[in-house]
Order: sequence, then C-alpha cells, then structure tokens
Amino acid sequence: MNRREIKKLDTRIRKIKKAAEELKSLSGGIQAIDRNAERILASVKMLEINISDIIDLV
Amino acid sequence: MKNLNDAKQIYWNPLVETLPLEKLKALQLKKFKRILKWAYERSRFHRRLYDEAGLKPEDIKVYEDVTKVPKVEKSMMRDIQRKDPFPYGDALCVPLEEVTEFRQTSGTTGTPVYQPDTWQDWEWWSEAWAYLLYAQGYRKTDRVFIPFGYNIFVAFWAGHYAAEKIGCEVIPGGVLDTEARILKIQELRATAMMATPTYVLGMADTAKKKLGIDPSKDLTIRKITCAGEPGASIPSTKKRMEEAWGAKVYDHVGATEIGAWGFECTAQPGGIHINEALFLTQLEDVETGEIIEEPGRTGKIVITALDRIAQPCIRFDSKDLAQWAEEPCPCGRTFRLLKGGVIGRADDITKVKGVLLSPSAIEEVVHGIKGLGNEFEVIVTKKGDLDDITLKIEILPEAEGNRESILTQLRDQLRLKTNLGYNIEVHPYNSLPRYEVKAKRFKDLRGKP
Repeated sequence: MNRREIKKLDTRIRKIKKAAEELKSLSGGIQAIDRNAERILASVKMLEINISDIIDLV
Repeated sequence: MKNLNDAKQIYWNPLVETLPLEKLKALQLKKFKRILKWAYERSRFHRRLYDEAGLKPEDIKVYEDVTKVPKVEKSMMRDIQRKDPFPYGDALCVPLEEVTEFRQTSGTTGTPVYQPDTWQDWEWWSEAWAYLLYAQGYRKTDRVFIPFGYNIFVAFWAGHYAAEKIGCEVIPGGVLDTEARILKIQELRATAMMATPTYVLGMADTAKKKLGIDPSKDLTIRKITCAGEPGASIPSTKKRMEEAWGAKVYDHVGATEIGAWGFECTAQPGGIHINEALFLTQLEDVETGEIIEEPGRTGKIVITALDRIAQPCIRFDSKDLAQWAEEPCPCGRTFRLLKGGVIGRADDITKVKGVLLSPSAIEEVVHGIKGLGNEFEVIVTKKGDLDDITLKIEILPEAEGNRESILTQLRDQLRLKTNLGYNIEVHPYNSLPRYEVKAKRFKDLRGKP
C-alpha cells in the first residue's frame, strides 16, 4: 500500500472521528448517543494507531 | 488497494509489522514523546518524578534521549495506590469517571498493584492481543475455548475480546471445573485454547486419567496460546504440551501494568516478537544500566506502553530478563525477537549455595525427563549456615518400574544444568498442588522462622 492510499484511509478516519464527535455535541445529553459515540471514538483511536500514526513513515 | 484474503494473510497489520527497524524506532519516538507529554500534563506522580530529575517532555528529541527519562518500578506504584483519587493514586491521567476497567496484578512479588483502564485502553488491550492471536494463526473460522476463571486478574480477558475482534467464536469456560471444560471442548469441537502452561498440562492429565480422553486424538484443539508463566518458551515444557494435545503451543508475554507486549508467531522461531508498534522496549545491563543492542547478552527489559492513557506505563522496570536473537524471524515481521522469550526475572534469580539459580532451569530439566509428572516443587531452606535445596517430584504410575533410572537422570541433569545438588523427594502421583493460574512452585524459606 502506498502513501497516497494510506492518506485516503486517514482522511476517512478523520471523517468518522469528526462525525462521532458531532454526534456527541448534538446528543442533548442522551446517554444512548453519548456512550455509543464514545465507543466509536475508542475504535477510531485504534484505526489511528494502525494507520494515521504511520503516514509519514511509509 | 488489492484486497487481501483473510485466510492467506499472516499479519494483523502488515503496514507496521514489516516496517524497517529505523522506521519503527521513529514511530516509537513520536509516540513516546506524545505519551510522556500526556502523563506530565495530567498526573502529579509523573510530573513529580520528572521535575525531580530536572526533565521536561520537550527534552526528548532523539531516540537515544529516551533513557534520560526516569524508570518506574512496581514498588512506586504500590506506594501511590489507595491514595487520592482512590484507589489508584495520582498516576491517574483521566478523570475517575472515565475509568471503565479495574484489574490488579496477581501479587506474586508483593502487594497487588491496581490498574485502571478507560474504554479506549481496553480497546488497546484487545488490539495488542489481536496482533498476537493473528500471528498465531487465529482466524474467523476458529472456535476458541477459554478455560479461565474470569476475575480481577487481566489474564485472558483481553484474549477473549481480541478473539472476538478477529471474528472467532469464543466460548467462555469460566466457572466450569476442569472435567466439565474438557467435555465442553469435546462437545463443541473447539479448535483453539488459551491457558497457563501448568493448566494446559493439568487439563491433559485430567482428560486422560479421569475421563479416558486423549486430547491429541479425541479433541480438536490445534493451537494453544500460553501466558502467565514461561513454560511455552521452555523447550521441554512446550514439547510436553504439544505432544499431550497434538497442537501447536505458542507463548505470549504481558503484564497487567504494561499490556500484551510480546508473542511467538507460527514460525516458532525459538523466541518471541516484541510488538514494536505499541511498545518501546530496551534491554538494560542489570549491573551497569548500559543499553544492550547486540545479541547474546542478557539484560533487563525496560518498557513503555506507547498508547495507554489512564495510568501510563512509561519506562517501566519489568525485571524480566531477555536477550536479543541473532537472526530475524522467517515470518517476515520486523518486530525484533527475544531469543528464548523471557528467560527469567531479575528478582527470581536467587543465589543458592553461592550459585545463581533460575527456577526455569529446574522446570526445563524436570519436564525433559520422561516418566516424571508435570508437577514439582522447589524449597530452599537454611540448615545452620548452609543453604539446603529440596526438589519434590512425582513419578507417573506407568513409569514406577524405571524409578531408579529416572532419579539418576534427574540428578545428573540437575547437576549439569544448575550446578547444584538437591535432596530429591518422590511424592505419590497427584499429591503435589495443582494450579489453574500462576503456579507457585519455588519457595525460598531462608530467613523465615
């Protein structure tokens, strides 16, 4: 996989992260939204560890 | 991007598992700076430690600077816990309400240490385990049995979650007794299992003696992941397990305070890989503190978990002893190998009669002799001013006819491998203690009334 492809992946990861954060900000405190969005963000972090963190090394 | 078939892939993440070492080190440095800054800004414990050493996170500029950062020892973690914020103390880097997981160390070396994790940390635990299980051949098609009493010890919890993440079907063998677990493995045709080496051998024994089941023929377990004890990296113990189960046995090394940092892969190269995407590991000379880069020299592992946030593990003095391997692994991973896995613990190696003794060396001998049972116990005492060492063993009922030849072999091998003479006590088969989690076979009673 080349750098361009990894950058594409990273762009999608950022979008998911932004969307999950927006969900939290729009939730009105509904826990069913907040907590599930929090779990998405934890999974997003694993994608960052696997992909985003290595962009400048590939 | 070309789509890679799961069954043909050998890496969980080929992007990092095949990065050249210099790039892995660059990745580690970037992440090390990040976690150091995180801890310095959020934890009073870390700020105090680094301020006292006159160190600021921005002082770390190149990889070699990592050693400027003070090490953390388990005793330091014991000292802060039970204080504010209760019960973890001031190494905590997140608000208490963000902690979702409590685990504690087994207490093998003293008072247990408490370990908080956020949900992100828990995802990270299972991510680290996913790297190792994938490297050991776990796939979606596996049905994984976990014969583990799910409790306050982290042990196989993360293995459970990681197997699910990979897509395996997971059977939690929680409160079942050993016989019920074996029967469930048989009924459901489980293909993989995770347990301590002691329990893997104990289960095989129970299957044969109590149920008339030969695990190598009557069960379908074909891979076993071991943790908690060094057995899977001790050749004679690994061989016993593989023969008893007709399965490949793989080692894994981790710790509650650190995470799942090392694993053996399907190439079984006679060592374990460090997960260098998630951990920064250095080997340090026990006497001088010099960093060891060359193979063949034993050093102490000092390790950082690069992405763990609730209670960071930065330059943790693990006390584990290891050596770098001479050759890279044929599996193609660039994650470096530790030859023979963890070969001992700095606080385990003890002087008996003036000779350095590692309990693993005794295990290697006992498990290498046909006719001896799996269980044994070593007791060191003082007789007057002199050390006295007793080895309790069991002889398998079917090998009783060879008792004298077995004992001669045992004495000779012990003398050869450990340079010590032992009082050998033969105990009736099945009378020594059996363990499900970590075996406590070495008892140093010197200095005790």
